[in-house]
Amino acid sequence: MRNPRWLSAALNQAATIGVTLLGLLILTFVIGRIMPVDPVRAIVGEEATREVYMNVYQQLGLDKPMWQQFLFYLRDVATLDFGTSLRTGQPVLDDILHVLPATIELATFAIVIGAGIGIPLGVLAAVNKDRWQDHAIRVFSLMGHSMPIFWTGMIGLLVFYAALGWVGGAGRMSQFYIGLVPDRTGFLLIDSALAGEWEVFRSAVNHLILPAALLGYSSSAYITRMTRSFMLDQINQEYVTTARVKGLSERKTIWSHAFGNIKVQLVTIVALAYGALLEGAVLIETVFAWPGFGQYLTSTLRMGDMNALMTCVLLVGVIFIALNLLSDLLYRVFDPRTR
Amino acid sequence: MLHSETGRAGARLRLPQGLSAFGNILKFLWKSPTSAFGLIVLGFLIATALLGPLLAPYDPYAQDLQNTLQAPSTAHWFGTDELGRDILSRLLFGAAITLRIIFLVTIVVGPIGMAVGTIAGYFGGRVDTVLMRITDIFLSFPSLILALAFVAALGPSLNNAIIAIALTAWPPIARLARAETLTFRKADYISAARLQGASSARIIWKSIVPMCLPSVMIRLTLNMATVILTAAGLGFLGLGAQPPMPEWGAMIATGRRYMIDSWWLVTFPGLAILTVSLAFNLLGDGLRDALDPKQMNRR
Amino acid sequence: METPILDVQDLRVHYRGAPQPAVQDVSFALGRERLGIVGESGSGKSTVGRALLKLLPTAEITATRMQFGETDLQAATEKQMLDIRGNRMSMILQDPKFSLNPIRRCGEQIAEAYLTHFRCSKREAKERALAMLEAVQIRDPHLVYDRYPHEVSGGMGQRIMIAMMLLAEPRLVIADEPTSALDVTVRLEVLKILDDLVREKGIGLIMISHDLNLVRNFCDRVLIMYAGRVVETLNAAELDRAQHPYTRGLLAAQPRIGGNRQPLPVLDRRPEWSQPMETSA
Repeated sequence: MRNPRWLSAALNQAATIGVTLLGLLILTFVIGRIMPVDPVRAIVGEEATREVYMNVYQQLGLDKPMWQQFLFYLRDVATLDFGTSLRTGQPVLDDILHVLPATIELATFAIVIGAGIGIPLGVLAAVNKDRWQDHAIRVFSLMGHSMPIFWTGMIGLLVFYAALGWVGGAGRMSQFYIGLVPDRTGFLLIDSALAGEWEVFRSAVNHLILPAALLGYSSSAYITRMTRSFMLDQINQEYVTTARVKGLSERKTIWSHAFGNIKVQLVTIVALAYGALLEGAVLIETVFAWPGFGQYLTSTLRMGDMNALMTCVLLVGVIFIALNLLSDLLYRVFDPRTR
Repeated sequence: MLHSETGRAGARLRLPQGLSAFGNILKFLWKSPTSAFGLIVLGFLIATALLGPLLAPYDPYAQDLQNTLQAPSTAHWFGTDELGRDILSRLLFGAAITLRIIFLVTIVVGPIGMAVGTIAGYFGGRVDTVLMRITDIFLSFPSLILALAFVAALGPSLNNAIIAIALTAWPPIARLARAETLTFRKADYISAARLQGASSARIIWKSIVPMCLPSVMIRLTLNMATVILTAAGLGFLGLGAQPPMPEWGAMIATGRRYMIDSWWLVTFPGLAILTVSLAFNLLGDGLRDALDPKQMNRR
Repeated sequence: METPILDVQDLRVHYRGAPQPAVQDVSFALGRERLGIVGESGSGKSTVGRALLKLLPTAEITATRMQFGETDLQAATEKQMLDIRGNRMSMILQDPKFSLNPIRRCGEQIAEAYLTHFRCSKREAKERALAMLEAVQIRDPHLVYDRYPHEVSGGMGQRIMIAMMLLAEPRLVIADEPTSALDVTVRLEVLKILDDLVREKGIGLIMISHDLNLVRNFCDRVLIMYAGRVVETLNAAELDRAQHPYTRGLLAAQPRIGGNRQPLPVLDRRPEWSQPMETSA
């Protein structure tokens, strides 16, 4: 008897995702169409004859009505054909797959740092609600939320790289090591470890730490605030009193009982924060010359590279939908009450 | 609680009541040091934006190639840039640009969000489903990336940046307005208006929109820090205000080249952005407390 | 009378920021007996229970005497209190729906109480917990051990709570409205289990309740609280001979089978009620 209900929930979910995806495609299609770039000109060049121009014009299907063009677009996307980048001359998908690992590496480190700062601070703020710790944490985290990350990146480089020399500068590793490690997974830390090149590995960590820390700090604001409010909900629950009555220390009561009950919610929050990191990544990658998705996106923008731009925007949307779905699933798996 | 009271009082009495509520909120904010800081900075920003031309010691566009990249001194408190322009003067003029962005985004986002939200909430059913689905699609992007895409489509300029930000900032407002609308859609005075033969448009405009206004205004304030950061980010990427305009983000972008030797080029504009967005965040935080009924009782 | 387990003189609890104390001038001594504290909601009866365990971080607790066995509770440090709570003094809370941690298995929560106070292996703690589940008359302890709180009934949940709180064999148990959240049909059953265990192990019991009849049947002595003070102390058997008008009012407001069908009298409160009476208890 449980099956149909489970099934209809899944179908409902799938339908919602389908509609959102379709909307996403319409949005990217519209953005592509209103771009002030002539895709034909970009392919054939300025000197092409009118005949060549018209030929390509028809090849691209631009003479067809809009709705038909949209159907072509849908077909292309369904077959994972995102066209060729006007800037690099490579298929857009290859380009993106090539740059994505660098961003994932950065974002993953950042979220680990962000959650590592944000969650304990949020708990501390909740336990000390309205005391000085709470106020100090609030200002600290709002500060992280208010920083223009591209600027903090520069100041960070000025202080920790140029003045103190504690961390590596721009790029994923020192110039000296570039090309030394074979590109197997695209994740430099993994590749260098696989190759046993520990010098490169150290250099990579050195270069990663500053942008990841800054990105993490900026995302910790949201994590701190949500952790605090989740914890405040739990602290006044009766089961927390039960834990105290049992003779558990305050630390154990908070961390092993109250905190245990917000873990599932936190997973959701961290997943969403991970998606939001993409935003900061676009800016910080520009500052740190990080050869990732963010930099690819910004150079795409500057060149008016239509295919690449549409695909980048689509990808970000899909990542967001996927993260939302993932956090939903995690909720179901980890919370005994939803099983 | 606030809603039902103002609702029964009718449209004419609402304004003075709203004003006194506004005064109360200001008083509450003033008591907490953090939100008082926010208020002061905001007041300072408005003053600078209005009086900038009078306060600025130099013409923000005047180049002085004899005096490029001068470190901060008594003549140039914040130093000069690569073209010898006075950075302090440029920052002061930049305040007006920031304020303009805030103002324009607000007057675009408020009405769009309000319209979508109240219509969805009032009519419900299929209208609601369609509008909210569209809202969700917009919400499924980080705002900066969507804004980037729009600016790329529209072409880089300050006005296009403002339009792009506005296009990405309305969904949360729409959601809020819808939620508010749902709470009093069934209220007696709405039914009364309907029975008297008022059109839906009239009911929404005269009875529902004024009720949503306070919370929408607060939400707009809360979003301002994000708007400022997004605008600065666009300026930094060269997609917003174009040089020689003294927009803070664009100033950082041009200063970046000289950063290693001339730290003041990027430091001061960055501090300006940080201060203003922090002020809005602190203010928003205070507002949240001010409107939390539990907190209000403690006064 | 033997030396009491608990001796409290002039207990006073003042929540920070509150205009007046929530509890004042509460004095009683408790031996190996069952003491009931009865009062309406807001009378301060629950506050007394929590003050004894020092579970009120936002309140100031003072007393001229607060002796629990060899320990002076008032002077006890938090570290000493950690050793007392759950080990020598414990408390059964009202509603198992809220008082059990929703994401931990019931059995683990019971075993944790043992592990906190005794050096032993997890296995031993589990065996203890299973034995205790049997003692509270749960038919299939292994099954219940692995259940989550939302998977057991209210009566079962409260038995789990009792098991958890009696596992370390404390000298004193405070039961704060232990059956108010339960179905009427299982109330007596749960109370009987509690009562049997308390008698068998010689544990002192403080039963906090608003239910006069229940307290009359399950306790030896009754404190009546009103507006933060003890207004009267009586032997349970002599409840009908109560002097204080508040107690009398409460008794009069009880429905009785076979009694007349007039509307029950309603309390007509007077300010002088908050003064205690000389009694014979």
